[in-house]
Amino acid sequence: MPPTFSSREIAAEKEGRSRGVSVRIKSVSVGFGGRTVLENFDVEISAGEFVAIVGRSGCGKSTLLRSVAGLEMPQNGTVILGKVAGQNGKPDVRVMFQDSRLLPWRRILPNVMLGLEPALIPQARKVLAQVGLAERANDWPATLSGGQRQRVALARALVHDPNLLLLDEPLGSLDALTRIEMQRLIEDVWRSRGFTAMLVTHDVAEAISLADRVILIEGGHVALDEVVNIPRPRTRASARFAALEERILDRVLQRRPLIKDQW
Amino acid sequence: MNEGQKSPGIKTQLRPNIPATRALPWVVPFSLLFVWQWASSAGILPSRFLPSPRAVVSSFIELSISGELWMHVRVSTLRALSGFLVGGGVGLLLGLLTASLHWAEILLDTTIQMVRNIPPLALIPLVILWFGIDESAKLFLVALGVFFPVYINTFYGIRSVDRGLLEMGRTYGLSGWPIYREIILPGALPSILVGVRFSLGLMWVILIVAETISARSGIGYLTMNAREFMQTDVMVVGILLYAILGKLADLLAKGLERYWLRWNPAYQPTR
Repeated sequence: MPPTFSSREIAAEKEGRSRGVSVRIKSVSVGFGGRTVLENFDVEISAGEFVAIVGRSGCGKSTLLRSVAGLEMPQNGTVILGKVAGQNGKPDVRVMFQDSRLLPWRRILPNVMLGLEPALIPQARKVLAQVGLAERANDWPATLSGGQRQRVALARALVHDPNLLLLDEPLGSLDALTRIEMQRLIEDVWRSRGFTAMLVTHDVAEAISLADRVILIEGGHVALDEVVNIPRPRTRASARFAALEERILDRVLQRRPLIKDQW
Repeated sequence: MNEGQKSPGIKTQLRPNIPATRALPWVVPFSLLFVWQWASSAGILPSRFLPSPRAVVSSFIELSISGELWMHVRVSTLRALSGFLVGGGVGLLLGLLTASLHWAEILLDTTIQMVRNIPPLALIPLVILWFGIDESAKLFLVALGVFFPVYINTFYGIRSVDRGLLEMGRTYGLSGWPIYREIILPGALPSILVGVRFSLGLMWVILIVAETISARSGIGYLTMNAREFMQTDVMVVGILLYAILGKLADLLAKGLERYWLRWNPAYQPTR
């Protein structure tokens, strides 16, 4: 079980919540082999915001994330990351992929330490403890379950204390219980550290339970941009949760035209 | 698989810890040995075709006491290993180069693939002409034969490194030597070791032929010299030595695999 962060810890860290960086995606177009995936795409994300991007498969949501990560070069448009106070140079951007992408030939701790100075070992151990895997530091990735591997991947991203964390369907291949556990863990670290988060998911309920804002992409454009005004921690059983989920799902499945709800 | 739980695995019917099962692989070799000895002592197998196992053992003891055997073994091992180091080293470096740099592949790969199809042993007449029958001739032949398996498997290993891991490495700011050290080389290692194992087998084959044709020392020389005097027992000793040395080389390669690939469940000894 991953430990939850004490409320005191969260409150203390919230004071200096300046880790997050703003993201401005301006008229970005990406295409592969003549097929346009994103066309003149515009989105602004403010510092420290948690944005979920949903849509059917192939709608371009992963491509958007990869463009922000610099793994995809847009044919047109720009992605501008904001400045971080007290940090010269580029903001630190980390990506968590659907598969954990741990190096199978490195033990867990060296995996978390990837690209870091040996002096930061205590830091890496601390983060590993935060994701609840301190005692697995000397194991091989092959001996871990899928959920544990994703927690290591999260630790590897967090040890860099990123300004922007990009999550590309990181929970897509996990079982239902492990998913919920991981969602709580991600929400907790986001709340305590205050980085900006972009989560790509096909699970609307996951998007609503985690994000400040849910963006639906359809045909390479923003089809829906909803602010989630449900107080945290969110329970799926609440009426507002269910209503919002229904609304977004209807739009995804195009069961009926979008009607503004009263609440 | 669940967290922290080990899968029970398939129940094997033969349990390796029972002595009878342990002895099983040796039943056939020992029976053959027994039949061989019996046929020799009964006079069915004349010693000018094949010596009796007892004669082989006594000539082995005789040769090792005189020190002649060890001298030849040392010479042959040295030749094999130096040829392997030169050929394998060049194969590894060129494989790294052509797999990493596109222009190097275009420049060199066609040539290497053409040369690969020439059996190294076909070059023996030419090699004798170039180097005579001294050490460099054997070194050259072994190095040439060992080069190709290492080269091809290094190239293939690097090309088949998981793209996802490379992409992940780049998002963590790795480039240049660190990306080779952390991702490319460990990822290519299983394939490189396949090449090494293959090369070690080839190394002895080429050396045997090279030594029987042109040498003044070494195991091949020992057997060829014995033929002149019809010493079939010495010839069999030489042949068995190759078998033992080949097996040792393979054990070494297996040991390297066990150690370097211990992260990979496929290379772990079965529980």
